[in-house]
Amino acid sequence: MPKEQDLANRPDNTAFTQQRLPAWQPILSAGIVIPGFVLIGLAFIGIGVALFLTSRSIQVQEFDYTGVDTTSSCYMCSSTNVPNCVCYVNFTLTTKFQGMVYFYYALSNYFQSHRKFGASRDYYQLSGDTTYFTAPLDVCIPFQYANTTPIVPCGLSANSLFNDTFKLYQIVNGTTKLVPFDGRGIAWWSDYNIKYQNPKVTPLKDAFKGTAKPVNWPKPAYELDTTDPSNNGFVNQDFLVWMRRAALPNFWKLYRRITDPDYVGGLPAGNYSIEITYNYPVISFNGKKRVVLSNVSWMGGRNPFLGIAYLVVGSLCIVMSIVMLIVYAKFKFPDDV
Amino acid sequence: MRTGCHKADNEVNQYPVMVLEDGCRTCKESQKIKVGDVLEVGEDETFPCDLILLKSSREDETCFVTTASLDGESNHKTHYTVPDMETDILSLGGTIECEQPQPDLYKFVGRLSIYKEHQEHAVRSLGPENLLLKGATLKNTEKICGVAVYTGMETKMALNYQGKSQKRSAVEKSINSFLLVYLCILLSKALVCTALKYVWQSQPGQDEPWYNEKTQKDKDTNLYLKMFTDFLSFMVLFNFIIPVSMYVTVEMQKFLGSFFIAWDKDFFDPEIQEGALVNTSDLNEELGQVEYVFTDKTGTLTQNNMEFIECCIDGFQYKYRDSGGELDGFSAMDVIDGPVNHLQQKAGLVKEELFLRALCLCHTVQVKEWAGQEDGLGGLAGDQVDGGYSGPAEVPPAERQAFIASSPDEVALVMGAMKYGFTFLGMESKNMRVMNRNNDIETYELLHVLNFDPVRRRMSVIVRSGIGETMLFCKGADSSIFPRVRQEEVDRIRLHVERNATEGYRTLCVAYKLLSPEEYSQVDSSLQEARLALHDREEKLLKVYNQVEDGMSLIGATAVEDRLQEEAAETMEALQGAGMKVWVLTGDKMETAKSTCYACRLFQRDTELLELTVRTLEDGGRKREERMHELLLDYHKRAVKDAPPAKAGVTRMWSSANQDYGFIIDGASLSLLLNSSTDTSHYKSLFLQICQNCTSVLCCRMAPLQKAQIVKMVKNSKGCPITLSIGDGANDVSMILEAHVGIGIKGKEGRQAVRNSDYAIPKLKHMKKLLLAHGHLYYVRIAHLVQYFFYKNLCFILPQFLYQFFCGYSQQPLYDAAYLTMYNICFTSMPILAYSLLEQHISMEILLEHPILYRDIAKNGMLRWGLFIYWTLLGVYQGLLFFFGVRLLFSNPALQDNGQVFGNWSYGTIVFTVLVFTVTLKLAMDTRHWTWINHFVIWGSLAFYVFFSFFWGGIIWPFLRAQRLYFVFATMLSSVAVWLVIFLLILVSLLPEVLLLVLRKPRGPYSRQMKQQLPSSGTSTIFMLSQTASTHSFSWSD
Repeated sequence: MPKEQDLANRPDNTAFTQQRLPAWQPILSAGIVIPGFVLIGLAFIGIGVALFLTSRSIQVQEFDYTGVDTTSSCYMCSSTNVPNCVCYVNFTLTTKFQGMVYFYYALSNYFQSHRKFGASRDYYQLSGDTTYFTAPLDVCIPFQYANTTPIVPCGLSANSLFNDTFKLYQIVNGTTKLVPFDGRGIAWWSDYNIKYQNPKVTPLKDAFKGTAKPVNWPKPAYELDTTDPSNNGFVNQDFLVWMRRAALPNFWKLYRRITDPDYVGGLPAGNYSIEITYNYPVISFNGKKRVVLSNVSWMGGRNPFLGIAYLVVGSLCIVMSIVMLIVYAKFKFPDDV
Repeated sequence: MRTGCHKADNEVNQYPVMVLEDGCRTCKESQKIKVGDVLEVGEDETFPCDLILLKSSREDETCFVTTASLDGESNHKTHYTVPDMETDILSLGGTIECEQPQPDLYKFVGRLSIYKEHQEHAVRSLGPENLLLKGATLKNTEKICGVAVYTGMETKMALNYQGKSQKRSAVEKSINSFLLVYLCILLSKALVCTALKYVWQSQPGQDEPWYNEKTQKDKDTNLYLKMFTDFLSFMVLFNFIIPVSMYVTVEMQKFLGSFFIAWDKDFFDPEIQEGALVNTSDLNEELGQVEYVFTDKTGTLTQNNMEFIECCIDGFQYKYRDSGGELDGFSAMDVIDGPVNHLQQKAGLVKEELFLRALCLCHTVQVKEWAGQEDGLGGLAGDQVDGGYSGPAEVPPAERQAFIASSPDEVALVMGAMKYGFTFLGMESKNMRVMNRNNDIETYELLHVLNFDPVRRRMSVIVRSGIGETMLFCKGADSSIFPRVRQEEVDRIRLHVERNATEGYRTLCVAYKLLSPEEYSQVDSSLQEARLALHDREEKLLKVYNQVEDGMSLIGATAVEDRLQEEAAETMEALQGAGMKVWVLTGDKMETAKSTCYACRLFQRDTELLELTVRTLEDGGRKREERMHELLLDYHKRAVKDAPPAKAGVTRMWSSANQDYGFIIDGASLSLLLNSSTDTSHYKSLFLQICQNCTSVLCCRMAPLQKAQIVKMVKNSKGCPITLSIGDGANDVSMILEAHVGIGIKGKEGRQAVRNSDYAIPKLKHMKKLLLAHGHLYYVRIAHLVQYFFYKNLCFILPQFLYQFFCGYSQQPLYDAAYLTMYNICFTSMPILAYSLLEQHISMEILLEHPILYRDIAKNGMLRWGLFIYWTLLGVYQGLLFFFGVRLLFSNPALQDNGQVFGNWSYGTIVFTVLVFTVTLKLAMDTRHWTWINHFVIWGSLAFYVFFSFFWGGIIWPFLRAQRLYFVFATMLSSVAVWLVIFLLILVSLLPEVLLLVLRKPRGPYSRQMKQQLPSSGTSTIFMLSQTASTHSFSWSD
């Protein structure tokens, strides 16, 4: 009997209960740390150099067309309130623009990141749920109803869709030649194919019966792209690009890619002209509008930050390993005895 | 949940009880019992309320109860019916007067008046022996009848469950002050954002750009109301900086962590078949912070396993020598040392026998038959913890007996007397039966027992012998007996007593007095009167006792050895080496206590003792107070002013160059110091300073309350040191409750100490591991946990704060709601919990080997403001790095090789990914003890984060209104630049830590572990000393 009680009361003699689980004790000795630092430093410097060179090889052409400056060709458009006002930005490429060229527009001091702006959209509408066509969510206020007609797509985000349009002309021997843009593949794949859905109604127009277009839009959603029926409604690529909120008040948005066989290898050196249909007002809030031509590499667009950061950190590691080496040499490697 | 509670309540409140009402038995629900109801309780039933025992089915008017559920003592206690009761309960009429309910389980005062027709009513006094407590269980008694005196919340059990003050650990206090800082950060963040928002909006065009038109409701709202709601919104946005989940984790850590103490097999004592007990899990880390240890002597430092060593009768010393089991009385006893050193010299036979009779009669020991006729009693003896058994060698098997007494001294004395031929056979109704050397049975009528109390420090019995003589036998401490006997007898015995005391024995003096019939009747009546008093009964009794116990003649003295606990010296040495100051608080006399201190190596040979006792205060007729002040000033000069300033406390205690001081104070001097009429605060502080500069302090002759006073005094002294009390008896309960950490020893003096303690251990030697290993580790774990939690929430929320500058102060969250909620719950909680349960930055063996390591974390070392600021700065650094690193990356948001741009949720997800990896890797870097569990949870939670992010972004969740993170994580990982920035930011944020770790290491606290060499000069002394310390062979000669 006492034997049994003995067993009942005695604590379990397991490694866990006795806190004696086999354990690995990492020891940061100089023998590990210094070579580690050197290795990391070298790796970082290597990556840094690659990044830096890549970033430098990326060409970027940026042109402000806000039209604040009276000399700017867009000054007329910005000061008056004429719809579809046209102005031009001319530029010369001295060297060939390598690789596929991407055409961006950039806005500054524009707060897409504002909470109310971002929240003011109805995802149920945007995923094609027609019940929300008649009764949009309250978050869309003040663009929920136009008088009493429900707005589709409702809300601030959709209402403020960027509506400047651009055309790029190459000027060859005095004649202008249109550089065709490709409007596909500028929005995220997932947005275009899954996240945003048009209502399963054909023709699309019928689904929008009894709804109003957003107040600032010149035409309803189902007529956004008259040339391509699959680029209409909520799955219009320009619309999707706009609806993906920018993180910062100064942002780029992809407008078009240049995939035309004549230009897919890059824009040849020469004179170019961008024809801008100026609609979007930004001066009231001190905003700026730019167009950006850029090619991209494996690391994306041009960004010297990463390369420099990698170089700095890499060399810091090397310096630290040298300092440590000196320190340890002085103390005669106390750990390695 | 509620119904379950009700069910349990109902079981307690509504079980049926037999009530005798109007002459018949009825059944009542237990919650309907009223005070004054007469209840009938059967065997093995629990008393539903506090009852006065009126009638028992046992013939001797007693009943047995066990109070296992009240104080854990499993032995059977005897309770008595009210004396001279009518047998017919049903026709009894009477009133009971009793005191207001009070929580003391062992005190009760009342009076029962019985009314009889045409007669004057009789009055009986009621004491704790008549009171059956709620929660106790009736044993070995068929049934009893009792009248309810306290019910419901007024029962002693209920009163005892209240009012136990909540102990809070120093870590919790640190947490609270850190929390205050973070609350300030939160408030200032919200204020800054609100203020900046309105400054920013006042610029033209910013308040309401055309694309971000306000709703009508917004426009109509009052400006100040808007400001206020904005402020509140910011508070909500940033509230994650307050680590609410830390409280949950801390509680879990404490709760789960405390299991390791109970599980530790090193704490298992095969003798009592029990391991350590954890009563509270709130104080685990406090075990690593102890600065003062207050220890009881008897049962704690010593084993409380009493053995009768020798006695002195009329000035002749008798020492028992077990020579071949010869039992023929004193033949086995040698006279070693008398006034004349002659072997044959003995005290007269009459005196010897008187002395032994006194030992046999003057006690409250009960005899339990080993294999008695009564059922249950035989089995009972097996679980006695506080009994001594007469071994089979000494007594024929038929007479095997177990003695049960409240104090082991008494058992030792009765057993001692038995060795010399006088065997106490037990009580037979009111007669004590003693078998003398001629195997004749002598019978004494027990008239009165004058119980032991710590103030009088003696107890007496008044008995009437067979030939009609009335005698008073008294035994007690020398100091309380000597003034009450004739002086010439004292001189003969004092020498022995003092020598025995210096040898570490517990000495008791035995005296007797013959009472003439007149004297006795006077004594009897005054005792009866005092016992019936309702008010101040204690004081009145004390007065009568003091009157009665006077003018006695001293017969002899006994010496009982109380051996040191196993490894007591090593334990004490380790504690001192760990920087703790050990104070011994004992009720024992100074000499005994002092010798124990020497044996435990609390005092060394060269320790200079500063005494503040009654002896040093008696000086030439001057007022004791003046003398005390003078002594205090002198000691202060020696121990505090002239002592070299303590150098970080490490070497001072052990280096030979400096003088060690030990301080001794006794209860009388302490009460003089604390309660003296003149302004004492100055002297009190002097006293404290002296004590704090002494290696060890011995406080002897302490009443339980004084022990608590001392603890309280130290606890509230400058710097609020963490105190720990350890004791095993009921007299230590007050100090156990008073100290920050109370430790009970599962000793022989019952279970009160264990019941009131925070931790209970079977042996003193377990203290070392409990404090040095468990305490140290718990503290390191929880301190790291606390710092880590604040840090990880700071660098979690700082980017969100910074993002407000880039979203127009619009309370836009940087992270998705799922990430915000899951961060503390899922992604970063498990690694720190595992760390806080398993971390052993230094292995237990090394912690035990080098007590000095304990000093590294002393004074809340890991939660000081400096370290807190370091962690906070680290959090700020990393938060800034995360945000601005990604901000710089996003200066060109075209991050994919297909030219597409990233949005705000990608931004937040990149920051969050870096954050989760960094804080987890930071913890991984701090982990010095990688078990498979650590590996599992650290890599597991990182893998879980990645898996969750894919999953969360991979599905259109039907319950979500906005599929904000849809494909964000996957798209993010398709960008090389994002991968590179994640690596970069993780490395850069951890780089300073790595550097610190590497550069600091040669001087850091972890270095000792790695070097695996003997500690340097400061510690080697301790090391060597602990090698040589012996258990209890150390003897000291003055």
